[in-house]
Amino acid sequence: MSPLTRRELLKAGAASAGAVAMPAVAQAANAAITPAPSRPPVRQRVSLEVNGERVEREVDTRTTLLDLLREDLHLTGTKKGCDHGQCGACTAIVDGRRINTCLTLAVMHAGAKVTTIEGLGTPGRLHPMQAAFVKHDGFQCGYCTPGQICSAVAVLDEIRDGIPSHVTADLTARPALSGSEIRERMSGNLCRCGAYANILDAIEDVAGTSGARA
Amino acid sequence: MKAFGFERAESPVAAATAAARNPGTKFIAGGTNLLDLMKLEIETPAHLVDVNGLSLDTIEKSDEGGLRIGALVRNTDLAADRRVRRDYPLLSRALLAGASGQLRNRATTAGNLLQRTRCPYFYDTDQACNKRLPGSGCGAIEGYSRQLAVIGGSPDCIATHPSDMAVAMRALDAVVETVTPDGRTRRIALDDFYLAPGNTPQRETVLEAGELITAVVLPRPVGGRQIYRKVRDRASYAFALVSVAAIVQRDGSGRVVVGGVAHKPWHSDAADAELPRGAKAVAARLFEGATPTEDNRFKLTLAERTIAAALAEAQEATS
Repeated sequence: MSPLTRRELLKAGAASAGAVAMPAVAQAANAAITPAPSRPPVRQRVSLEVNGERVEREVDTRTTLLDLLREDLHLTGTKKGCDHGQCGACTAIVDGRRINTCLTLAVMHAGAKVTTIEGLGTPGRLHPMQAAFVKHDGFQCGYCTPGQICSAVAVLDEIRDGIPSHVTADLTARPALSGSEIRERMSGNLCRCGAYANILDAIEDVAGTSGARA
Repeated sequence: MKAFGFERAESPVAAATAAARNPGTKFIAGGTNLLDLMKLEIETPAHLVDVNGLSLDTIEKSDEGGLRIGALVRNTDLAADRRVRRDYPLLSRALLAGASGQLRNRATTAGNLLQRTRCPYFYDTDQACNKRLPGSGCGAIEGYSRQLAVIGGSPDCIATHPSDMAVAMRALDAVVETVTPDGRTRRIALDDFYLAPGNTPQRETVLEAGELITAVVLPRPVGGRQIYRKVRDRASYAFALVSVAAIVQRDGSGRVVVGGVAHKPWHSDAADAELPRGAKAVAARLFEGATPTEDNRFKLTLAERTIAAALAEAQEATS
C-alpha cells in the first residue's frame, strides 16, 4: 500500500463523512431549525468624489463607506477597528465633517466629497497635522493614527467655526483652543497604545497653542 | 448583515407610504445606531428608505414663539445653533454630553429619539431578551443590571432609554410632529411618546407603521437656570448611569427630569412641587415605587446626589 499524503488523507476523510446517510429524524429536526432562506443581495451604483477624484462603483447595498474605501478603492489608510463606531479608527472627512465611515452606507453618499488620510497629504508633502504627529511621536503602533489625524484636522475646524463642546464653559462665547477642549473633542478616537499625551502635543502644535494647555 | 433593498424618499409622505407598503422597512437617516444593530442582526430590515434627502434639516421659529427643529437636523448643528445656545442651553448641554464628535455630526434629532436601548442583553444575541425576541425572557433582571432601569420597568424588561437629548427635550416640553402614510399629521407630547415596557417591551413608541417624524417643536423659551448634569463611567463618550436636566426659576420653582433610570426621561409634577424642599424631597417623590435590582440600587442614591449637585449649580449661577 502506498503511503497517503496528508492532503489525500484529509480528502478521503471528507468524502466518507459526506457519504454517511443522515437519519430521517435528524433531517426533520434540521429542517425545523434551518433559517428562512436569506434574501439575495441587492446591488446599486453609487458615484462620489474621493480625495478629489470622481469614482463610480456598483456595490452591495450593505457596503459601508469604510468598506467601499478599503475594499473597492483600495484606500487602506482608513482603518477598520471595532466596526461599530466606538473606536474612531475609521474616521474620514465627508462633506467637510468628520464621521465614522463604518456606520454609514456607501449608497447613502451619492455625490459626497470624501477626504481620507491619503487625501490630506502625501509622503513627500505631509499635511501639517501629519507632520506634527511624526514630530511629536503621536503614535506607537499607528493603527488608530489615520483616524486620529482626520479627526484632529476636523476638530480644529470645529473650534474655529465656534461649535461648542461638553467642556465649553460659556455656551454663548467662542470656544477656546485649549487642551481640555481638544481632549474632549478627541474622545471618539481611542488609542490602545496610549499615545494621548503626544497626540495632544501634535494637535496643539498645529493649533499654535503649544504650552498653553488648560 | 442581512441583505436589504434601498431607496431614497422624495417627500415625507412618500417615505411613510413606502414604509407602510413594504413590511420590514426602516427609515435611515444618520444610521449610527441602526447600522450598528444591523451588523449584529438585531435589526434585519428587508428594505431601507433613506430620508436624508428630505428637506427636514432646518431650525425655524414656530408660530408660538418657539423653535421647530427639523427631524434631520444633526446633533452638532442643533447643539451649536445660536438660538438653542441662548434660549434652550439645556438642550445644547445634553447634546454635547452625548456620543462623540463624529457621531454627533451624523446623528439626527428624530433618530436620537428613536435609538434603541444599550442593555447588554438586548445587544447580545445569545442572551434572552423580550425586547429583541419577544417571549424569550429577560436575562437582565437576574443578571448584570448595573446600567439598567430602577423605575418604570416590568418583570419582562428593565431596559433604559439611552438618549441625553430626550431628557432635555422632556424638560423643555417638546412635541414630536409626524406624518402618517395616509398623509395625516400628528403632534405627540414627548411625555406621551414612549411606551412603558409592560409585557410588550418590543413596542417602544406610539408611532404607527410607516409613521415618520418630521420635526420636534419646542415651546417658547422658559428661561430660568438650565443645568444638565451627566454621571457616567468615563469623563467623555459614555452613556449615562444617571443624568439630570434641571430648570430652576428665580422663585425656586422649576422642573427636574432624570435620564438613565427608566425606559423614558423620568419626571413627575409631584416631584417638581417638592423643589423648595430640596433634592432629597424631590428624589423621594420622583422615585416613589422604584424597583431597583441589587446591582443598580446605587442609582437611587446617585440620582438624589446628582439632583442636589444640579440644583446647587443652578443656585450658584443665579447668585
